[in-house]
Amino acid sequence: MPTLSEADSKALLSGYGVPLLRELTVATPAEAVRAAGELGYPVVVKLCGAGLAHKTERGLVRLGLTGPAAVEAAATELLAAAGPDDGEVGLLVAPMARGARELIAGAHRDPQFGPCVMLGVGGVTAEAVADVVFRLVPLDAVDAAEMIDGLATQALLDPFRGEPAVDRDALAAVVLALAAAVEREPGLVSAEVNPLLVVDGRPIAVDALVEVTP
Amino acid sequence: MSTPTVTPRLDLLFEPRGVVVVGASSHPGKFGFVALHNILSQGYPGTVRATNRDGGTILGVEAARSIDDLPPGDVIDLAFVCTPAPANLEVLEACARRGIGAAFVTSAGYREAGDDGRREEERLVAAARDHGIVLAGPNGQGVVSTPAGLCAQIVAPYPPAGRIAIASQSGNFVSSFLNYARQTGVGVSRAVSAGNAAALDVIDYVEYYAADPATAVALVYVEGIADGRALFERLRAVSTVMPVVLLKGGASAGGERAAASHTGALATDDRVFDGMCAQAGVARAHTVEEAFEAAATFATQPLPAGPRVAVVTTAGGWGVVTADAITLERDLELVPLPDDLRAAVDAELPPRWSRRNPIDLAGGETRDTIPTVLDLVASHPGVDAVAYLGLGIQSNQARMMREGPFHPDGGLERIVAYHERQDGRFAEAAAEVSERTGKPVLTATELAVADPDNPGPAGVRATGRLCYASSNRAVGARAHLVRYARWRRARTPA
Repeated sequence: MPTLSEADSKALLSGYGVPLLRELTVATPAEAVRAAGELGYPVVVKLCGAGLAHKTERGLVRLGLTGPAAVEAAATELLAAAGPDDGEVGLLVAPMARGARELIAGAHRDPQFGPCVMLGVGGVTAEAVADVVFRLVPLDAVDAAEMIDGLATQALLDPFRGEPAVDRDALAAVVLALAAAVEREPGLVSAEVNPLLVVDGRPIAVDALVEVTP
Repeated sequence: MSTPTVTPRLDLLFEPRGVVVVGASSHPGKFGFVALHNILSQGYPGTVRATNRDGGTILGVEAARSIDDLPPGDVIDLAFVCTPAPANLEVLEACARRGIGAAFVTSAGYREAGDDGRREEERLVAAARDHGIVLAGPNGQGVVSTPAGLCAQIVAPYPPAGRIAIASQSGNFVSSFLNYARQTGVGVSRAVSAGNAAALDVIDYVEYYAADPATAVALVYVEGIADGRALFERLRAVSTVMPVVLLKGGASAGGERAAASHTGALATDDRVFDGMCAQAGVARAHTVEEAFEAAATFATQPLPAGPRVAVVTTAGGWGVVTADAITLERDLELVPLPDDLRAAVDAELPPRWSRRNPIDLAGGETRDTIPTVLDLVASHPGVDAVAYLGLGIQSNQARMMREGPFHPDGGLERIVAYHERQDGRFAEAAAEVSERTGKPVLTATELAVADPDNPGPAGVRATGRLCYASSNRAVGARAHLVRYARWRRARTPA
């Protein structure tokens, strides 16, 4: 199934209420430096394109860039790393969000039960940890709250390493936003926010991937 | 998917005024004999007839040569069909002529037997629909209904009467659950093997049970799911009025799906099914005994108001292990003993008692304080449920004395009688306190299976409740109660 670029995936999900940091999509290293200045350092620069589903694995994400020189160098390298199969690519510049906890949230269409949402623990380790909970769509606020309660790793949702407890209402809102997206977007095959980073107790979609019908 | 238009008429299946075994046999090894035998031997009070191509008398019943030849005055609602599949379209037509409104078709040779069988099954369903006949099966083992005294099945056993209603896609699991009912004394209202579920699937029966005054809980086994979304909606509707305990076969099948995302890889059939159950308020069990014991608990214990459990034990080790199990079970809470409760219990027990939860009586039970302590603990507003351990221990010694060489001299007869009387009283007290406080009081001892005639577990059985074979199993059952009660509360307008 084709995927949307990170920027387009985020734009779609943000329309349903998935919380994002402000990000800018640019085409050149110079524009990346300007964008970083506007957002404030440190920043993240990623190569962004519809064909780029697994950026971390390919080294297409540069984290914690603290000044213009670092941004320009990273942007130049990333553009050079794009291969002929990657199609049209751009640069996504975002503030460097910090949080000790990574979650994952998603939506998909189950062959037996239809549209579903998922909430789990773990970001890049999500599959290995496999602490995930599913619900069928549509779901209401009670269902969403029970989903959060259903995670086995509850300690991760309490105050953690100097950070406040996870805002459960905000987390439920992410799940309900994904539910609304899979319910109202007929062409949406799956959507995933990974990591869903907990920043000062609030969930923020740091990366997103939407699969669509061809 | 099934045709719900016939569902309201399931009374014809579960409360028939008369039954005819179609294709009854004089050979004790044949299903047509066994079915008639089981109906007659378990005391069904309605009219029982039989048909056999060659006539004759089977088990004292004069067999008619066909349904059309049955005595004209008989009122018969249910045909229990044991004839070969090719004969059954004609059987349904004859049922319709005769005003027989329901047929349980036990015959094989349908969908399970390939493409020809599938077509034959479609014809059977169409015939039932055309004639307005409630069709159960085919290829099912039968139907049991204790309020009606009905044991219309080709297998044993017949269960004691109770409030669990069973519907299963596997007939053998019906037997398993009925065997547990016989073993534990926690009885069954209705049970049906859905067979190929050609016209009526498990959920159709469950909806009937939800409206059945004889039933308190549905216990179901499923494998295949025809329409997951409809199943979810219907289960959720049932859960608002009655608990459903579900065991699913093939939970490990399906595996992971190919997808670009982690979501796809994580969305195994079983995880999605698990989420569906939680969302629908269904108590999903993972083993046959867990399923039965959860259902038995729903059928015989009140729903708790919350997760706080207090343990009352006559011996330290049992209490410690039970406390561990409660602590590890995330839906339960081992409640810290409230100060006023500690003071109240303190007045009843010797100074060496544990003074904390678990409440270890430390030998104080010999002063006859168990009913009093159970009452104090269960009545406290800070306690939602009680676990009682140590029942039967005195009677276990009494048995050794009674069977030993010194009985009845030297006071043994008197002490044996005393111990056995005490354990019976404690079992009664557990049930009485539970009823009066509206809180679950669960008793657990391995004597429930090691020596079921011990007056402790036998006393629990006499109260109609389950004596759990281990405290861990009681903890698992209790967690199902807590989860379901919480699901109901969260969806009940304040």
